[in-house]
Amino acid sequence: MSDTTASIPYAIETVGLTRSFGGYRALRGVDIRVGAGEILAVFGPNGAGKTTLVKILAGIMRPTAGSVLINGVELGDNARLRAGIGLVAHSSYLYGSLSAQENLDFYARLYGVKAREKRISEVLEMVGLTVRRHDRFATFSRGMQQRLSLARALLHNPSVLLLDEPETGLDQQALDSLWQIIRWDEEKRTVVFTSHNFERALGVCSAVVILERGRVAFSERACNLDLSTLRQRYGESAGAVKP
Amino acid sequence: MRFWPCVLAIARKDILAELRGREIISSVLVFAALVLVIFNFAFGQDAELMREVAPGILWVAFAFAGVLALNRAFIPEKEENCLEGLLGCPAPREAIYTGKALGSLAFMLAVEIVILPVFALLFNIDVFRPQLIATTLLATIGFVAVGTIFSALAVNTRAREMVLPILFLPVVTPVLIAAVKASALSLAGSGWGGDMLQWLLILLAFDAIFLVVPFLVFPYALEE
Amino acid sequence: MLRLKILLVASTLLMLVALFMVFVSVPTDAGQGVIQRIFYFHVPVAWVAFFAFFITFVAGIVYLTNRSQKWDMIASASAEIGLVFTTLILITGSIWARPVWGVWWTWDARLTASLVLWLIYLSYFIIRSYISDEDRRARFAAVVGIIGFVDVPVVALSIQLSRTQHPPAMIFQGGLAGSMSMLATLLVSVAAFTVLYALLMEVRVRIKKDEREIKKLKEACADE
Repeated sequence: MSDTTASIPYAIETVGLTRSFGGYRALRGVDIRVGAGEILAVFGPNGAGKTTLVKILAGIMRPTAGSVLINGVELGDNARLRAGIGLVAHSSYLYGSLSAQENLDFYARLYGVKAREKRISEVLEMVGLTVRRHDRFATFSRGMQQRLSLARALLHNPSVLLLDEPETGLDQQALDSLWQIIRWDEEKRTVVFTSHNFERALGVCSAVVILERGRVAFSERACNLDLSTLRQRYGESAGAVKP
Repeated sequence: MRFWPCVLAIARKDILAELRGREIISSVLVFAALVLVIFNFAFGQDAELMREVAPGILWVAFAFAGVLALNRAFIPEKEENCLEGLLGCPAPREAIYTGKALGSLAFMLAVEIVILPVFALLFNIDVFRPQLIATTLLATIGFVAVGTIFSALAVNTRAREMVLPILFLPVVTPVLIAAVKASALSLAGSGWGGDMLQWLLILLAFDAIFLVVPFLVFPYALEE
Repeated sequence: MLRLKILLVASTLLMLVALFMVFVSVPTDAGQGVIQRIFYFHVPVAWVAFFAFFITFVAGIVYLTNRSQKWDMIASASAEIGLVFTTLILITGSIWARPVWGVWWTWDARLTASLVLWLIYLSYFIIRSYISDEDRRARFAAVVGIIGFVDVPVVALSIQLSRTQHPPAMIFQGGLAGSMSMLATLLVSVAAFTVLYALLMEVRVRIKKDEREIKKLKEACADE
């Protein structure tokens, strides 16, 4: 999607990404390219392979075939590359019996964050949870959990941020603050997020990919799209594979 | 690589969470005490017989308690879906194994520190012998080394808790045999030499093997 | 198909020769009488069992490095055969123990070690049955196969040391060394059982391949 010349590697590039679960093929050869600082929105109906794609990009799941390149280096099982990736998934990956502070402290240690206390305060401030820092995570509302999950993902200041349907279960206020944080983030992060909401996504993304049954059905730069075209394309790609 | 910071972070987190709920230590403790009492019923009140079977009872209690405790190493991670969070971290997979094993070792040792005096009291046996303590320590390390990897396997199967004892108990038979024999010897007042040395060496060999092998295969137990 | 036929013919011929030697040509052992002849089955069966588990171990390592289902089929087929042959060790051992020691089962070192071995590989199949995803099943089974095999020497050693009642090593001392024909019978029998192992492997892996093919076709049909 980016016009970056070949000499500068893409922030994220996947080559023939394939993943099967037993006989079921969730991804069937996905090639996407995301330039540094771009924001890519991934759409697709349930079961299209969005979550699988995000998990593979995060280095949590191993592809059956194909590979992920982060800045031109193969992700594979490379722990050092994972340090540059932040992930907000369906699950928060946080522990109910620990406080917000303790949860973040745990991840800060795992990621080797320097000046832990300061950084934890920063991200808590960013997501507006400073007052709740000593409360147990289990007592948080869904919106607060999601915001703390974002704080966890940003803790180590990753250059790549992955968000898997970050809007699920959030109220309007939480949604606004979530996108505000991502949009007004001073770091020029590369962001990949999956979504069902065209309207909001088009407002923030710089490129769009539609996944359909494990394949890229459509991909375009966001500036060439308006909402109706996207809806139409989505309908087409969804219709194209129906029996 | 940042190996030890990750190991310590994971062990620290597990211990912190345990201190909150005290779920593992309290239930395992009660369970181990129950095993001691039930065996007491099973074997009656013959003091001579009791002395004979006491080491066996002790290690059955520890082995079963170990199964219970080790099951908890990965089940909470799985239930809260945090295993993926750990996999996404720049922590080497082996560090997850070591951190988890260290946490479980701490829980097991905490349980044993309480159970040994109870055992001494119930069976009228003097347990404060350096040989017995060395045996317990070495055997527990062996338990935890094997148990942690099987726990990671078990949590990703359909049967979860049921799988761990089935995998774990046959493989740790050498530890059980050596621990029972060495405990019997030390309760009989044996020194460090002779048979005692032989059994401690077996425990040591087991520990050495099962601190290396899981290291090589653990990443495969965890990947998605 | 050709390989299958060759193995079938070779195994049949060798087995017939072995049977002839065991029951007709070899002299009856002076000390033990006719029951000693069971060793011409017992020993080759034990050899095949260990060899089969060794293949499971190696195939497991290969699977983890190249992730080809073929190697999981080889590993699991070999473990199946190993488990069957371990069962045969226990049965032939019991049959021998009855007239010689007067009991069907005794906690003799080798018999006990075989039982533990049997339990370890039983758990290999139990964990397989609890995982539906074929990649994960293969991966976990490989881990169990590797740990199980590495454990075998420690199990054998610890049990050997714990049993004071050593089995009489008469097979090799008293009997075989004395008679060339006894040694020849044993060797032919070992060869026959080894070829039988190869034949069973060939058949079993073939069936597993077909099963997987059928499953794939079914899924493809359901997918359309």
